[in-house]
Amino acid sequence: MDIFDILMTASFWTAAIRIASPLIFATLGELICERAGVLNLGIEGIMVAGAFAGWMAVYSGLGLWPGVLVAFLVGMGFGLIHSVLTVPFGLSQHVIGLGVTLLATSSTYYAYRLALPEVTSPPSIMPFQPLKIPFLSDIPLVGPALFAQTPLTYLAFIMVAVVAIILYRTPLGLAVRASGENPAAVAAQGLSVTAIRMGAVMIGSGLMAVGGAFLTLSAFNSFFFEMVNGRGWICIALVVFGAWKPGKALLGAILFAAFDAAQIRIQQTPIGADIPYQVFLMLPYFLSILALVVMSRRAEVPAALMVPFNKGER
Amino acid sequence: MTRPTKAQHGLTRRHFMATAAAAALIFGLFSGTSHVMAAETIKVAGVYTVPVEQQWVSRLHKAANAAAERGDVDYTYSENVSNTDYARVMREYAESGYQLIIGEAFAVEQEARDVAAEYPEIAFLLGSSFKEDPALPNFAVFDNYIQDASYLTGIIAGAMTETGNVGLIGGFPIPEVNRLMNAFMAGVRETRPDAKFQVSFIGSWFDPPAAKETAFAMIENGADMLYAERFGVSDAAKEKGVLAIGNVIDTQSQYPDTVVASAVWNFQPTLDKAIEEVRAGTFKAADYGVYSYMKEGGAELAPLGTFEGKVPQEAMDLVASRKAEILSGAYTVEINDKEPKSQ
Repeated sequence: MDIFDILMTASFWTAAIRIASPLIFATLGELICERAGVLNLGIEGIMVAGAFAGWMAVYSGLGLWPGVLVAFLVGMGFGLIHSVLTVPFGLSQHVIGLGVTLLATSSTYYAYRLALPEVTSPPSIMPFQPLKIPFLSDIPLVGPALFAQTPLTYLAFIMVAVVAIILYRTPLGLAVRASGENPAAVAAQGLSVTAIRMGAVMIGSGLMAVGGAFLTLSAFNSFFFEMVNGRGWICIALVVFGAWKPGKALLGAILFAAFDAAQIRIQQTPIGADIPYQVFLMLPYFLSILALVVMSRRAEVPAALMVPFNKGER
Repeated sequence: MTRPTKAQHGLTRRHFMATAAAAALIFGLFSGTSHVMAAETIKVAGVYTVPVEQQWVSRLHKAANAAAERGDVDYTYSENVSNTDYARVMREYAESGYQLIIGEAFAVEQEARDVAAEYPEIAFLLGSSFKEDPALPNFAVFDNYIQDASYLTGIIAGAMTETGNVGLIGGFPIPEVNRLMNAFMAGVRETRPDAKFQVSFIGSWFDPPAAKETAFAMIENGADMLYAERFGVSDAAKEKGVLAIGNVIDTQSQYPDTVVASAVWNFQPTLDKAIEEVRAGTFKAADYGVYSYMKEGGAELAPLGTFEGKVPQEAMDLVASRKAEILSGAYTVEINDKEPKSQ
């Protein structure tokens, strides 16, 4: 099989969308935070917490969808910690973000061991199963890729539309975007920048946690401590790649995932036998950096990103 | 004024050393007598970089718990210790009276040796990709040299694959992983000389979703038999209805229709040997890798479980005869640490 043949198989695109799904949730979450003016480096840890919380809820007997909700709420909890420190207190968003990542990963592990003190192999649950949408899933190439995924993947795509509509078509979205561009103008309208930013960080963190939960509730069926494996950091780059726009961020996530799905397959072609495997593992990151360089040239960074707002200060 | 102080200090230290040596001698005499009455309980500490559920570490944990149940050791452990923190935790146990420290030095080879050099009276038995160093007599190494069992599972895999296309997915190509993959491939060739191999490394020890994706890609590419070095591979095999071979732990009960055979590592002989040496006061730099050999009971072919009777008899006969030859020393499975490639 050469590279072109690989790109023409439905299973390749199915894999790409599957790999992209957790990234879509988390990228949207980060995008909301940054659009409101707060960089959330807690993303990696919040994804770990979400992966565990969602899985643990299902393992303890809740349904899969309540599990997703639990993950969302746990994410919001860490978002609250992050936003209290960065918004009203105006502390360094870099330091707090990394702190939240460390806190979330280590407290997750603590909770894991408290809940499962003596297990010999990681227990598993029954995860989301692929749900074929009638007729649409029969379309060649696109059908299996887009319409034979698990419900959580469909939710990821729906969330892109929901976030885009809220951001661009509602007064709330305008207030969120304005908080990231010109918070003084928001305050002049009598709105609370603090409340808007805190709300955005909490909702965004909730989405990040759902991205983590995708790994344990859909992509796999048990929780492993290091399974998020840097996916959160990728999402920070994807937000920039997507120029802080939900649609473009979705494309970025799919592109990155497609590179990843491709490298796995190219490793098994005749070319793959001669090149060290590390080159292939590096490929998605390398190509994403290249794409980032091209795409971000015209990107407009939210003007007040990482600028704390103190009411009444001039 | 400085020089006399220094000299004095030197004197006291020498003095102290002499006293300590004398004390140790007396203690030694006493404990020598107590040996006759009851074997001394050794204080053992495990320092692990991953949770104790992880395949490799779970074998150490299990053996140490078994030794504790026998009353041979007092066992405690720290799991999920990051590599940057590894030396500190080693020191903490060394300072608090533990006599034998077990764990993994793969990512901290030099640091672990440095710590060991600081505590010459404590025995360190750590998993390592390198060999022992005679200049560091209290630091012994081991690894899961279960190539004998991996080879036998390969014979079964070769007989069970229909397409002759076998996929192998590993974390990183380190000697421990390569060795077992190469032995497995040699086994497959015994029953399927024309076998085609797909080999991939996912660049992570803990990314089951990534391992699963890689397995899916291999199955699409024709593989109907997978070597599950990582978690996630057997799951993909189960979903797609192909077969898998387990490694280090026996996963037959979790994947009854998928995992045909597993090469199981048993850490007990390695640990028991170390306990014995520590007790006798003869612990020294050595490679404990040999205690993972099948001959020593360190490796075994797990029961086939639901696949009992489904593997062609010729293959099982070959497994039985090769096993006998391995145990008698007539046959030696090659130890090949080179990175395996797709072929």
